Amino acid sequence: MTLTLGHFLSLGAMLFALSVIGIFLNRKNLIVLLMAIELMLLAVNMNFVAFSHYLGDMHGQVFVFFILTVAAAESAIGLAILVLLFRNMSSINVDELDSLKG
Amino acid sequence: MDVKTGFFYLFSVVLLFASFRVVTARNPVHAVLFLMLAFSQASGLWLLLQAEFLAMVLVLVYLGAVMVLFLFVVMMLDLNLDTLRQGFWKHFPLAASLGALIALEMAAVLMSGFRTSEAPKVAAAVGQIGPQISNSKALGILLYTEYLMPIQVAAAILLVAMIAAIALTLRQRKDSKAISASEQVNVLPSDRLVVMKMDAVKVGEAPKAPEVPADADAPKETKQ
Repeated sequence: MTLTLGHFLSLGAMLFALSVIGIFLNRKNLIVLLMAIELMLLAVNMNFVAFSHYLGDMHGQVFVFFILTVAAAESAIGLAILVLLFRNMSSINVDELDSLKG
Repeated sequence: MDVKTGFFYLFSVVLLFASFRVVTARNPVHAVLFLMLAFSQASGLWLLLQAEFLAMVLVLVYLGAVMVLFLFVVMMLDLNLDTLRQGFWKHFPLAASLGALIALEMAAVLMSGFRTSEAPKVAAAVGQIGPQISNSKALGILLYTEYLMPIQVAAAILLVAMIAAIALTLRQRKDSKAISASEQVNVLPSDRLVVMKMDAVKVGEAPKAPEVPADADAPKETKQ
């Protein structure tokens, strides 16, 4: 039994599903929500790398590179906002973030 | 089942276990540590896919920088775990069924639809550039020729993110003795120097103190 593209794609699907579960479970905890988003991006990157390998196209890996860049920027700004939020409200509970009355 | 497949299953099982613990761990510090484990397993999987450069970037950038940032933030915040865990198990049945549905559907489609065999067109892949070129070199050639403009934009995004993160969290010290330059330039001579008129005073005579009316009686009494 050798490895196929399906193995990696299934792994990516399971990883994505796990992070969706994580977003459902940790509705209150903003920091775990950010981590679940990181996991989702990892699942997507896994699919990109697998396709890049099995279809023999380097462009997929270039795309992964850019996704990593944007994910790093996103998590940096997200954590900065989180720190600011905690400083002002002493809590990172998502339910209490209703000051905009949206 | 060859060695590669064995490693695939090893990495996958640890990766899925670690990501499960990330979303269910009670302590956020444990969640971050399990996320680091998950990323390290993913980099092992990428090595199996012969994407060495990206695997190393994942270890350096994610394990080395982003996860440490997460760890710092988690340790800096004083979290009340009990309120954050409210409603955790209430959502569990819905979340588990949704996740299982997504995973099963996608796995069913993907496992039947993508039975592409091992190491298919790798030679053709790098064949565009040269058959015996390393992964990093191939990626670099693509990045700095065809994707030159996007990589500049990515660099700008990183710069913007860095400045934004610093600007958001910057707090000025309250006890700072720094001088406001604009206030200092705009100051007038009359703000700093007051010229007072005083009467002439003879030698030996006590000077009058016109600005202190309470003391005005005392020198008169000594004269008499």
